[in-house]
Amino acid sequence: MTLARRIIPCLDTDGQRVVKGVQFVNLRDAGDPAALAARYNSEGADELVVLDITASRDHRTTFVDTIRRVAAELAIPLTAGGGITSVDQGRAVLRAGADKITVNTAALRRPFLITELAAEFGSQAIVLAIDAKRVGKRWEAFVRGGRDSTHQDAVQWATEGVSLGAGEILLTSMDRDGTRKGFDLPLTATISRAVTVPVIASGGADTPKDFLDVFTEGCADAALAASIFHDSIQGLGELKRFLASHGVPVRLTA
Amino acid sequence: MNRITISLVEYDAGNLPSVERALARQNVECVRASTPGAIESAQALILPGVGHFGQLMRTLDARGLNGPLRDAIAQGKPLLGICLGLQALFASSDESPSDPGLAVFAGKVAALPRTAKLPHMGWNQLRRVRPSALFEGVPADAYFYFAHTYAALDAGEATVALCDHAAPFVAALAMKNLYAVQFHPEKSGDAGARVLANFVTQAAAQS
Repeated sequence: MTLARRIIPCLDTDGQRVVKGVQFVNLRDAGDPAALAARYNSEGADELVVLDITASRDHRTTFVDTIRRVAAELAIPLTAGGGITSVDQGRAVLRAGADKITVNTAALRRPFLITELAAEFGSQAIVLAIDAKRVGKRWEAFVRGGRDSTHQDAVQWATEGVSLGAGEILLTSMDRDGTRKGFDLPLTATISRAVTVPVIASGGADTPKDFLDVFTEGCADAALAASIFHDSIQGLGELKRFLASHGVPVRLTA
Repeated sequence: MNRITISLVEYDAGNLPSVERALARQNVECVRASTPGAIESAQALILPGVGHFGQLMRTLDARGLNGPLRDAIAQGKPLLGICLGLQALFASSDESPSDPGLAVFAGKVAALPRTAKLPHMGWNQLRRVRPSALFEGVPADAYFYFAHTYAALDAGEATVALCDHAAPFVAALAMKNLYAVQFHPEKSGDAGARVLANFVTQAAAQS
């Protein structure tokens, strides 16, 4: 009896539609979030992440409505975020049916936001999303979809975020995102060993071996991917059976 | 089966909408209960829960629901506690030592050991210690979704199933018409749906 490693499809949205792009640029339409959510729910996803990657103010109501439509399709946990800057916005997304919310840019600007959210909703509902990119000998946390560096050490930021109240880290490698070259194992392992909370690895997934590597060498608690699942390049059941056959504890569904 | 309406105890920091959706998928009628009168007139209750033990107990207290909930349990009204709703049945919690729980069970809720990553977040299997109607038709190796840092370590003879994360803890308990689970059945796929359905069946048979 061991906690299963989680496989998490991610829906990047413009608030309303699922969009796809390489390293956060050249976005194109990839479908209806609720329809994809229903598919992943039945195919054995362990959780779903839905992000508003445009995170613009005028889309906020639309995004909350999208979360409501997605949540209606799910009998698995839902994490949602993108542009959440306050307790009230967090509450709106949770009330719409999300179990957890992610914070990223706003927390880098005002770290105490993490503490406010955790005090209101509990640490188990607060996921700190970190977009990390290699700069010299270290990784730095980036904002604005990976365009601007905060010059903050990503590992240090992860540990600080946890001490402020984050209950989980969603770690995206900006170097690997959209490249399908595999997860960034050194980055994932370094942060996973540095924090006391679960780490979701993101960015670069392609083959089942990539997932095996990130759960073993990368010490990840969960692994997230988008396009390989959307395009049915990788089936969830097939991926989980591969992991199980290599000794990784996963939740197999019929 | 008798038709039954399930009353969901409403307080601010709950996973109530998810439980509502899960029941709606099974065509189970449910209403929200936020007053002492609504608890007293309920046929069966679900106490959902996410968040902080102290906040839950203080909210229940402010709304005058502690007494009615204790009475409902004492009268044998069917009740299912979920996650924090399980923890609330105990006398106290290390998460907030100054706020008393409903004290249906004498023990206290404690933090899981820090030797594993916390929160205990994700899908885990159960170790069933005795049969219960709650798990009828649920495969022994089924996974359930957990998201918590604190847990009840002992529920005596009421314990139905244990789970392990750094330490064994109570994953499910049952005592007459009182049921509680530390996992989230409303988020646990088909296995969770079956547990909810089993509770509703038991509740309908009692009312």
